[in-house]
Amino acid sequence: MAAKQNQENLPVVLVYRRPQFNLPHRNRLSRHFILLDPADSQEPTSSFLSTYAQSVRALLCVGYSTITSETLSLLPSLELIVACSAGVDHIDLQECHRRGIAITNASVAFAEDVADLAVGLLIDVLRKISGADRFVRGGLWPVMGDYPLGSKLGGKRVGIVGFGSIGSEVAKRLVAFGCSIAYNSRRRKPSVPFPYHANVRGLAADSDILILCCALTEETHHMINEGVMTSLGKEGVIINVGRGSLIDEKELVQFLVQGKIGGAGLDVFENEPDVPKELFSLDNVVLSPHRAVFTPESLEALIDLTSANLKAFFSNKPLKSLVEIEL
Amino acid sequence: MASTNPQESVRDHSPLPKVLVPNKPRSFYTIGEEPFTSTKFQYLKAYESPLPLDQFLATHAHSVKAILSSASAPVTADLLQLLPTVRLVVTTSAGLNQIDLPECRRRGIAVANVANVYSADVADLAVGLLIDVLRKISASNRYVKQGNWPTRGDYPLGSKLGGKRVGIVGLGNIGYEVTKRLEAFGCCISYNSRKKKPYVSYPFYENVCELAANCDALIICCGLTDQTHHLINKEVLSALGKKGVIVNIGRGPIIDEKEMVRCLMEGEIAGAGLDVFENEPDVAKDFFALDNVVLSPHCAVFTPESMKDLSELVVGNLVAFFSNKPLLSEYVDE
Repeated sequence: MAAKQNQENLPVVLVYRRPQFNLPHRNRLSRHFILLDPADSQEPTSSFLSTYAQSVRALLCVGYSTITSETLSLLPSLELIVACSAGVDHIDLQECHRRGIAITNASVAFAEDVADLAVGLLIDVLRKISGADRFVRGGLWPVMGDYPLGSKLGGKRVGIVGFGSIGSEVAKRLVAFGCSIAYNSRRRKPSVPFPYHANVRGLAADSDILILCCALTEETHHMINEGVMTSLGKEGVIINVGRGSLIDEKELVQFLVQGKIGGAGLDVFENEPDVPKELFSLDNVVLSPHRAVFTPESLEALIDLTSANLKAFFSNKPLKSLVEIEL
Repeated sequence: MASTNPQESVRDHSPLPKVLVPNKPRSFYTIGEEPFTSTKFQYLKAYESPLPLDQFLATHAHSVKAILSSASAPVTADLLQLLPTVRLVVTTSAGLNQIDLPECRRRGIAVANVANVYSADVADLAVGLLIDVLRKISASNRYVKQGNWPTRGDYPLGSKLGGKRVGIVGLGNIGYEVTKRLEAFGCCISYNSRKKKPYVSYPFYENVCELAANCDALIICCGLTDQTHHLINKEVLSALGKKGVIVNIGRGPIIDEKEMVRCLMEGEIAGAGLDVFENEPDVAKDFFALDNVVLSPHCAVFTPESMKDLSELVVGNLVAFFSNKPLLSEYVDE
């Protein structure tokens, strides 16, 4: 760290990350904050925190490094966790709520990129882009003639599960393709112009496509189960850019292998990076290695947002992307 | 009303007017012939006869008034010479490059195109290909299915759509549908076309090279003509640049394919999404080794929904013609 005249006046931010996760904005942040990074030290994390982090008020959580109540107990002065991810299911929310620790997430920085990928996966599944690409690459076009027809997007009924920043960006895009939109959320949103369904099964029954854009919580765990997939039907398509465990993955694999739903586009899985191998040979399934948020541009936006949240906190201004925790 | 069985033998004194089909359209293969049939006319299928075409025409087609054209059934001046009574050409293809339009005009032969039946589906595929190339969807799908995620770690980053400057080459029905979609993704649109479009607010570039120089991605939505053959050449690709991406849902020969392959292999452009090629279906094998290219077997128009719309339009045009009513989708050169 370069010596600065007023270094002692800079607020301290604890950087919490697994060693393999880099902090892309270290330099930018160092101009405004003193960064305390246990991963830089040889000491085990718990003793590092006990020694150096007792008066730390803000924590920057990189990637989805888990923050347990045990970790939180080593940080008695903590008031804010700034998450670098859209999801906050890796943080002990109950404990944070009990302690009055505010959490900000990064959905807003990523929402467009996640929505872009969700739509890209959907077009791919419906129009068989990856499958046809494989067909051509395999030299099969001259030999076998035409590839099976895809299906039109326009007019399809899309059910969005979770109408937050990501869900609303998905809706915006699909409206331009002529899809009709409906949604399910924890609560009806009066400002949203699309039909609301109080439960996912009802939404599935009325949809050709489900796009999962919601957070993983106890309530939403395995929300997409056998009943929902049956309601969605044989031609139905599921796109998941939320968390793997929103879907009962074992059940999903069975449905896909047996042709009981039409296809799936998946960016997330229950046990990343291990993906069920039965999906590898299915041309109507498109797999993405949890990349929805990752473009260089969105990382820039992430850096902007996390820095802005930290600055706001330390100047007692309103946080930019406070997460409303419901328990 | 049952439609006439198209397999029934044609009798010369049959009252039903005839429509010559020089070659079987792809759409007859994809959804079958039945949706294209009508009790008001019958098809004269040259491709089902063992006779060479000119003999077939001399024997059966001397009073034929209409031709059903498609990508595999060109309407040339030579063909028209053999069919002096033709007054109408109806096509199933999005493109008109297989029809000798000046010759049709000279002879007073009307041409019916496909109007808008394909536009949404083609635009959907164009956007799908663009997202795929920018966000590496097919490539990372391949990567995961080869079992590489646990062993080789994360796949390289893609690039954001929003804020990208996208140049549309040919702002017709299809180009317009593409812009509608890309606006929702936050892209900045500009275009090149034969003429500036008066009611369009996007920046217009008179030449494609200048368009390419000012864009991050080009989407080829124009028809193939003498003017657009190899329109996308070395100069244009160079102007597009190392980070540039190209999507082609028009016709393969609009791009100098050899040059594009070279640029892709040498990293002089960043990627391509292609539904059309210079020599279909024999796609240049150089493409197969490239991870930054998405290959599509000329199927942008093919969904069951568009095929149904097409069949209704083709039948509608032919029925209108034979009842002396105005065509549903007459092509008028601007």
